[in-house]
Amino acid sequence: MKLEVLYFAWVRERIGLPRETVQTEAATVADLVAELVAREERYAMAFADLASLRVALDQELGSFDAPLAGVREIAFFPPMTGG
Amino acid sequence: MRLSVQDAPFDLGAESLAFAKGAAGAGAVVTFTGIVRDNGGSLSAMEIEHYPGMTERAIAAIMEQAVARWALVDALVIHRYGRLAGGEMIMMVATAAPHRADAFAAAEFLMDYLKSRAPFWKKELGPDGASWVAAKDEDEAALTRW
Repeated sequence: MKLEVLYFAWVRERIGLPRETVQTEAATVADLVAELVAREERYAMAFADLASLRVALDQELGSFDAPLAGVREIAFFPPMTGG
Repeated sequence: MRLSVQDAPFDLGAESLAFAKGAAGAGAVVTFTGIVRDNGGSLSAMEIEHYPGMTERAIAAIMEQAVARWALVDALVIHRYGRLAGGEMIMMVATAAPHRADAFAAAEFLMDYLKSRAPFWKKELGPDGASWVAAKDEDEAALTRW
């Protein structure tokens, strides 16, 4: 399947991209992260500490064990600092 | 209800006045304004990044929760993104209710949730470079009181 993967804040800076299209058969968010980490060091740097990251699936907050079936857009970012 | 995610500045006076005048049936209006702290002059700018699309959805969902929970006549959220200088207004929240307790509580609820559930990220630019503002444990803890 094809996924739009978005990165924000320091995750975007570490990976060096705001977004990319990823072809994957990953079953869960964690599986996708493992694929990305295996690609290149910059992904390993960005995903070094999953506890300090949040994930959104089709623009709704989700978890790293969530399934990817039917998901079109996934975003990774640090805890939000609005207000 | 109105929400606006924008890079342009907003007119606090005009927004507050229009909100209060338009809140038919209200007996109380509460407004909150967030301002960029200049950290004693050491901040040269703050950059606010957001997730277009999700930001609006997340704020709308937070506002719907507030409306479901308190007797609100109306609510308003304006939140800016982009580069802001110290002293500039980042965001405002306004709530209108028949009585003040609901207006105050809903405004605090909106602020607590906007802080850690709306996809914004702040970066401070100063003389020693740039650094992302880290989320605070107490911001997450603040949600448990609701």
